[in-house]
Amino acid sequence: MTTAEPQAQKTTVTVTVDGVTFEAQPGELVIKAAQEHGVYIPRFCWHERMEPVGMCRMCLVEIEGGRGYPPACTTPVADGMVVHTQTDAVKQIQDGVLEFLLINHPLDCPVCDRGGECPLQDQTLAFGPGESRFVEEKRHFPKPIPLSELVLLDRERCIQCARCIRFADEIAGDVLIDFVDRGDRMQVLNFEEQPFDSYFSGNTVQICPVGALTASQYRFRARPWDLSTVETSCTTCSMHCRGAVQSSSNRLVRLLAVDSEPVNHGWLCDKGRYGLEWVHSEHRLIEPQVRDGGVWSEVSWPDALDRAADAIETAKELHGADAIAVLGGARGTNEDAYVWSVLAKGVIGTDNVDAQLGDGLPAEFVLGMERAEIADLDRARAIVVLDHDLRDEVPVLFLRLRRAVLELGVPLVDLAPAAHGLSAHAAVIARTVPGEPLAANVHDEISRACEGRQGRVVVVVGRGNLAAAADSIVGAAAELARVHDVRFLSALRRGNVHGALDAGLAPGFLPGRTTLDAGRAWFTDQWGGVPAERGLDAEGILRAAADGKIRVLVLVGADPVSDFPDATLARRAIDAVDTIIAVDGFESESTKRAEVFLPCTLWGEKAGTVTNLEGRVQRVGRKVAPEGTAMDDWRIAAELALRLGRDLDLATVDEVTDEIARVAPAFAGVTSELVKSARDGAVLPVAGHLDEIVLRTGELSIMADDGSGTSWDPIKVHGEAPEEPADESEVTAHVDAPALHVWDRRAPQPEAPARDAYALRLVVGRALYDDGRLVSETPLLQRLVRDPDLRVHPSDLARIGVDSGGQVKVTSTRGSQVVAVRADAGVPAGIACMDFSADALGAALLVDAGQPVVDLRVESLR
Amino acid sequence: MTETRIVTKRLRDRPDDSWTIDGALASGAYEQLRAVLAKGDTADVQEQVKLSGLRGRGGAGFPTAQKWSFLPPDSFPRYLVVNADEGEPSTFKDRMLLERDPHQLVEGIAISSYSVKCNVAYVYVRGEFALGYERLARAIDDARAKGFLGRDILGSGFDCDIVVHRGAGAYICGEETALLESLEGSQGMPRIRPPFPAIEGLYAKPTVVNNVETLSTVPHIVRMGGEEYAKLGVNRSTGTRIFSVSGHVNQPGNYEVELGMTFRDLLYGLAGGVRENRKIKFFIPGGASSQWLTGSDEHLDAPLDMDFVQQTFGVMLGSGAIMVYDETVDPVLIAWRLAKFFAHESCGKCTPCREGTGWIEKVLYRMSHGLGRPADLDLLVDVGGNISPGVVNAPFVQTTICPLGPSAVSCIASLNKFFRDEVLERLRNDAGAHA
Repeated sequence: MTTAEPQAQKTTVTVTVDGVTFEAQPGELVIKAAQEHGVYIPRFCWHERMEPVGMCRMCLVEIEGGRGYPPACTTPVADGMVVHTQTDAVKQIQDGVLEFLLINHPLDCPVCDRGGECPLQDQTLAFGPGESRFVEEKRHFPKPIPLSELVLLDRERCIQCARCIRFADEIAGDVLIDFVDRGDRMQVLNFEEQPFDSYFSGNTVQICPVGALTASQYRFRARPWDLSTVETSCTTCSMHCRGAVQSSSNRLVRLLAVDSEPVNHGWLCDKGRYGLEWVHSEHRLIEPQVRDGGVWSEVSWPDALDRAADAIETAKELHGADAIAVLGGARGTNEDAYVWSVLAKGVIGTDNVDAQLGDGLPAEFVLGMERAEIADLDRARAIVVLDHDLRDEVPVLFLRLRRAVLELGVPLVDLAPAAHGLSAHAAVIARTVPGEPLAANVHDEISRACEGRQGRVVVVVGRGNLAAAADSIVGAAAELARVHDVRFLSALRRGNVHGALDAGLAPGFLPGRTTLDAGRAWFTDQWGGVPAERGLDAEGILRAAADGKIRVLVLVGADPVSDFPDATLARRAIDAVDTIIAVDGFESESTKRAEVFLPCTLWGEKAGTVTNLEGRVQRVGRKVAPEGTAMDDWRIAAELALRLGRDLDLATVDEVTDEIARVAPAFAGVTSELVKSARDGAVLPVAGHLDEIVLRTGELSIMADDGSGTSWDPIKVHGEAPEEPADESEVTAHVDAPALHVWDRRAPQPEAPARDAYALRLVVGRALYDDGRLVSETPLLQRLVRDPDLRVHPSDLARIGVDSGGQVKVTSTRGSQVVAVRADAGVPAGIACMDFSADALGAALLVDAGQPVVDLRVESLR
Repeated sequence: MTETRIVTKRLRDRPDDSWTIDGALASGAYEQLRAVLAKGDTADVQEQVKLSGLRGRGGAGFPTAQKWSFLPPDSFPRYLVVNADEGEPSTFKDRMLLERDPHQLVEGIAISSYSVKCNVAYVYVRGEFALGYERLARAIDDARAKGFLGRDILGSGFDCDIVVHRGAGAYICGEETALLESLEGSQGMPRIRPPFPAIEGLYAKPTVVNNVETLSTVPHIVRMGGEEYAKLGVNRSTGTRIFSVSGHVNQPGNYEVELGMTFRDLLYGLAGGVRENRKIKFFIPGGASSQWLTGSDEHLDAPLDMDFVQQTFGVMLGSGAIMVYDETVDPVLIAWRLAKFFAHESCGKCTPCREGTGWIEKVLYRMSHGLGRPADLDLLVDVGGNISPGVVNAPFVQTTICPLGPSAVSCIASLNKFFRDEVLERLRNDAGAHA
């Protein structure tokens, strides 16, 4: 009989809040359970992504049978619990707490950034006293004071909820701010001579429930009610944190984090959050240009496009399609990448196409590896980091990793070449030496770390070292995959590099993670033709160009001279090419010699879809009209195709999305309709991830539904699981479509040249604030760029005979330069670490892409 | 009237060497530890403490044996933490015990640790107690040298050591969870309970926090037997307590008396009555946190019985500090000075205390300096009610995390209860003067 379910099987508890009875999960906090069932309990200090502290006392409630007034934010639900949040006593407490919070508050709302979206304002209106009884002198502080270049603090407005302090400590691990003094003198401060330099500091501004923390980027720039908002994904790196981008007078003014459970948990890094200004930079090129007799002149779009198409056509006729190469495409949308793929492979017929610039991993590996999702980190048996410093490369992935390790107790195996932000929490540390295979005992150590745990090992794999060939990473990945039950999570950092690779912007591949060979018949059918043979990757293209074999080089948002690890090779290539066609927003070192410049739209100016590092397809939103006559990259490609004799018949971005869904096997089912209705997007291939899709039940709302909360609560988009799972046939590729590529785990054996006892092996990683356009054209971030230096182990410093901070001359096969040297105990002896930078002091002039590793001779200048 | 000297016996009897190991050993120190270890029955000590009816001497008066019984039976390690952060204004009994009979405390710690199966005890000593710290540290070293602490104490197989930690001058660190935070190296701020320290205390391990006087009493309970000890005192207030009497009495000082004695006998019989034979206008019976009593017969003839005074007058014996004010004293000024203390010492963690104590202090400052307004007293009562709803008496109902906030309201409740007419009259006059 099914009628008498035994009571013991009940896994939920029954709770009544203000007369509403519902089932909740045991251990859930009253404040959250109540909110999910429509009862909003006011609060300031509680934030659902952080440990409760019960400090503000705004959420005190009455619980039948209990003593006193417990905080709803620290009290877990219990079976049969009856909670009252609206009794006279509770209302009196709410009234009292708000009065207390306001007595020393300056009430300078008219000049406060938070005015209009301020929890203190809103909750005072909803729950607070109508008038002030405080006639004493208020607390005064000089205001504001900078905590860092990015965050300013107004201590008069602060209500001491500790959200910022707790974020810095619990979430970011940057314990740089704390309470000083006590009682009503208690204030948040950074430590003396140590600014709040955290990559995540902007989150504290967003979660501040008053205007105490303001962003130097947004301060006094807008009033919230004047802003218009669009939901989007940040494509500064490949994480694709969900966000809400806001504009005023057609300028991007603010990016707020949206809380996405599978992706960013409501956080952004500062580079993503504050990297908006570059879009409106005065250095932006916003009209098409052509070069005649060495002189740039602005021309009409038809003239510029004709000129570009002519160059391509001529080169193809005279030298064959292989004489044309396309670099880039990782910065735009999936639609941009796809149409460029069609143009290059289907229309022009060249396979010399690469969205990565020698700083990634081979497409064979990335597109074919067995993938993990970000959320798999939380339930992994162990996490292996086969990369360098994730905090600099994919910052919010670092936060997710940090949470998995510190909060959820997943063992971390650290195989990075030098210590990084998570090394202190690693269960196993086995430093990889560039160019050498994994240490022999690594597998035993991993097995030991996994002991007693379920699930799979998640390997976070990236190109942590630009000075060593990618082979050693792939080799290590293959070895790990042979020995352990692993899934891979890519940490390749370029904005939409995964979308671009999926779209076929890699040699030997066609859209939808299918190889040129496997997809030949299908795509010939769809496109009318594909290249005959596998082409060259970025390094190959640059070598061929340097040898005069590439006649037309199309740079789609790519700047090899500044961005390719081996700047010497890139420079030689750029100098040797006949015709450069640039599709970009800015002039760069690589486009200075271009014959045609086609201005494209940037993030914030274009709509479409993007794919993040776990293969999740999400939307980006168009918030502002493009500057000048800048055009979407995909439209530029389609116009060029038309001029090369092929009408792609694509009128809107949705049509492109739908064509991708139709022809690219991995994208089966990812229609524009699905991407719009799925709250958290969809992970490719959708057929394997159907149960993860959540349908949105409302649009993004920055104001909470009941008007009592605002953006300082995690901004969410409501959603629900589909009533019926989508029909599998709708998301499965056409039967004739080619199969998805599978990495065959063939491990290239890295050649390991013996290390010279006098040389230091170079590790070149990416700094978050690099010399890319986003940073260099955003003055606020430009100030945060670190001076390049060489970090070596203290013992090596002694051997070289120089003090930390001194100058050394470093020499590689590429040449010599003088850099500052710094002692860093986290760098193993025999290794030298440097941030990638293409400027005169940067590592790019030391890297030789032809060598498996770079060994440096380091001499003291004394 | 006489004192009943139990915990103060040695220090009174041997004023010249009570704190030294030789003086202590010559007067019976560590004999109870030896006896307990010889008997080898941890449960027996707990039983005796339970029978004794011993209640915490730090202020809250919670039954000690019951507190110990909350420790989860199978969770180790566990810690005994001694609260020697005596900061309640006008309380100076633990200071005396630390300075003049540290071995009694060490013996009490060792016995109690044995009883609750803990091997490391921490003593959190108020930072200002320089001499007390020195003598306690010396006593621990001497006791260790004699085998009363350390490994395998007196051959029993029981290990116990004591770590002494000095505070840095925050009153709040006398609150047990703030004390634990401070001991762990964090800012002294109270923790949210639950979890209670008995379940998750120091370093997230089961922890008992006991006051100096409480633990100093334990060897005597062992010596006398719990039942015998319980014969002292009255009702549920068994045994003796040390009262720190200060203010306008002729002989201020620490007096150890059997509970049940009247305030009158303590203040007039032992402390020598009020200076110049004046009347007592009011007195604070249990430390600055307590509400007040007046010089009325009803109050003076009340017994020193924790439950009686609480149930009858809504005051607490608290830390055993009695501050006496004669009829020349301005109660508003006293209230302001008390409020200033609490505003200064509020840790700032929770809103009502952080903002409320400061507000109360500002208003009382005006009132006590001739700048009051007629509405101020009711304002104070109302603001106080937002910290301690109903401004009810101990045990506090509170909107705060810890009792510091409500402690600051006690003076307002007392002003309003006993001196309302006087205060209102004065506020009207002050307002008139400034009109």
